Amino acid sequence: MKLKGAKIVTESLINEGVDTVFCYPGGSVLDIFDELYFVQDKIKQVVTCHEQGACHAADAYARISGKVGVVIATSGPGATNLVTGIANAYMDSVPLVAITGNVALSLLGRDSFQEVDIAGVTIPITKHNYIVKDINELGKIISDAFYIAKSGRPGPVLIDIPKNIQQAECEWEPIPVRQVTHRVPDFKKCQSAIDIINSSKKPLIYLGGGSISSEASKEVLEFAQKIDAPVACSMMGLGGFPASHPLYLGMIGMHGHANVAFTSQECDTLIAIGARFSDRVASDRVKFVKGKVVHIDIDNAEINKNVKTSAHIVGDIKTVLNTILPYINESKKPEWIERCQELKKTKVLKETTHSVSPREILRSISRQTPNDQIIATDVGQHQMWTAQTCSFEQPRTFVTSGGLGTMGFGMGAAIGAAIASKKRVVLVTGDGSFHMNFNEVVTAVVQKLPIAVFVFNNNTLGMVRQWQKLFYQRHFSNTTLNRPTNYEYLAKAFGADYLEINDNDEIDQKVKLAITCQKPVIVNCKIGIDDNVLPMIPSGKSAADIIMEMGD
Amino acid sequence: MGENQHILTALVSNKAGVLNRVAGLFSKRGYNIESLSVAFTEDRKYSRMTIVVNGDDYVLEQITKQLDKLIDVIHVAQLKPEKSVNRELLLVKINAPADKRTEIESTIRMYKAKAVDLSPKSMIIELTGESNKIDGFLQVISEYGIIEMARTGLTALQRGFNSIKQFKDANEEEING
Ligand SMILES: Cc1ncc(C[n+]2csc(CCOP(=O)(O)OP(=O)(O)O)c2C)c(N)n1
Repeated sequence: MKLKGAKIVTESLINEGVDTVFCYPGGSVLDIFDELYFVQDKIKQVVTCHEQGACHAADAYARISGKVGVVIATSGPGATNLVTGIANAYMDSVPLVAITGNVALSLLGRDSFQEVDIAGVTIPITKHNYIVKDINELGKIISDAFYIAKSGRPGPVLIDIPKNIQQAECEWEPIPVRQVTHRVPDFKKCQSAIDIINSSKKPLIYLGGGSISSEASKEVLEFAQKIDAPVACSMMGLGGFPASHPLYLGMIGMHGHANVAFTSQECDTLIAIGARFSDRVASDRVKFVKGKVVHIDIDNAEINKNVKTSAHIVGDIKTVLNTILPYINESKKPEWIERCQELKKTKVLKETTHSVSPREILRSISRQTPNDQIIATDVGQHQMWTAQTCSFEQPRTFVTSGGLGTMGFGMGAAIGAAIASKKRVVLVTGDGSFHMNFNEVVTAVVQKLPIAVFVFNNNTLGMVRQWQKLFYQRHFSNTTLNRPTNYEYLAKAFGADYLEINDNDEIDQKVKLAITCQKPVIVNCKIGIDDNVLPMIPSGKSAADIIMEMGD
Repeated sequence: MGENQHILTALVSNKAGVLNRVAGLFSKRGYNIESLSVAFTEDRKYSRMTIVVNGDDYVLEQITKQLDKLIDVIHVAQLKPEKSVNRELLLVKINAPADKRTEIESTIRMYKAKAVDLSPKSMIIELTGESNKIDGFLQVISEYGIIEMARTGLTALQRGFNSIKQFKDANEEEING
């Protein structure tokens, strides 16, 4: 078949099984948009208010669906508006294909109108990227891009397509979609890890997001139960192990649960599964664990990058666990489990709140929503409270910006998650984060998505204020917001519903209203300015320096 | 070769932007490139890069693994100096007044270098060899005054019948044993 470049793009997307794209039009992608016009019944097209929102939506769509997210933007400013979203997907290893238009090849490199070397710009934040210079390569490049995005350690791939390539014609046949296959690790390579696991008396599993992208929950559960090992999740790993399971300890890291910090100091073997020892987890890389470290990860470059391991296995988590499980000895460790339970009971926070309790709202949300409720967040205190307080029972239910910590992620992400799941999504955001991308409430309204947006309104950039309190002598430089935004008018102006929580007594009832609402609803939660996220292990410190209490 | 200096050899696709990607990886991770030489190979589809880096074992391991993750990097391996042929090309322009010419020429002969350009007051000398030989030559010749110079940086091949295509990748090795 002889097809136009732009048509090769839409046909290839359909061929790859893409059913939804998030997009924003412009001069350099007009040809692709013209082709999108003809495939509206095959590809749902979600136009956002800003390309950043589209990129976060595609990112969350991928996290929820397990498929590759797709975002399409025009050249120049459209492309640069994707940058934060692409970096976000890169840091959290999310499979994403970003398609940008560019000026015609003959205009490339001449500082033409709306020209940006987006491939150059995104080299450090993509797994790979392409500038299509030959129409004959377009089909193959799109096929490769999808494969690269989802294989190995997933990540974003960008394809920059000059306008004349979109308009040129060439022969095209659908390229069979390559499925990702995983090599079974060689037994000899697993032996020392197996030996360490089998001889461990006090193991602790540190579970990361890799277990979720590998769909390994069942294997992780079987593994943990077989060796009777307690489990701590990184923020990206939340939902990878059921929070209600007796072996579950809580979240690990800077704002992880205190009992986990102490358990990690006492364990004799830390088994890291699909986790990368980020500095938000292993802040003091040397003191982080005293025992042995066994690392299982798909990315060879993660082995020994941040923490020296005693043994490791490189491979897909599900495949690796299935390979080693038969050689793992079943054992019970009652004393160790009892010790972990004791820590869980004793190392608890004194909870203080100043007005409406953020944690109480989160507990109410957790109580009143099903086990598969998807909760998205922005970045800040509200994010950490959510990660600590909500009990995530299933994988792909918590959508948050982990590695990049992108304020403004939430609203776009909630949209992508709602579209992927076809279910209600709860978004927990802060007044600072919400102001970064609340334009996307409009998109949610247009798309008729039941998204309950809980704005934890503390009139401050709470997380930064907390650091100012702890490390900058309470100099609240530029963190007290005092913005005149009227959230009710804002909600109404955009066509959303509005609710307010002014008192602890009305939490349950207002949460119930919000999570039964048929369209986007903004819930203005008037929490106190000085509620803190604790516990906290300060940057560069270890469990011994954990902060359990602090004044305002 | 200093103790912390390592030679990496990489077969990469011969495409625009690949050098940018490789160089970007080094700057992103904060590793310093001592030298980098690159040109296409017997197969025009590929280029060979010879990269000399400074760093401890940790840096070496990370660089190799991170390079190996780049889609355009087909193979990457470390070359042991004693098991490879390592060469660098030097062009150096020095002051060469008439009364110093014989002296300079005997030095050139000793080092098996070549005079490749002459002018009334200067000459350009070409020398290939291992980097330390070039360092030594430069030291000797610097007494006449170096006007300008250009070094290519190291290029290298493993000795024996092996080719880089038979080397195991950092990632392959892990997965296949
Ligand atoms: C795009 C971006 N800019 C700045 C920051 C730095 N930052 C981290 S948390 C935070 C405060 C967030 O405030 P808010 O959204 O109101 O949430 P809160 O901490 O009050 O819950 C800031 C400014 C960031 N993470 N992302």
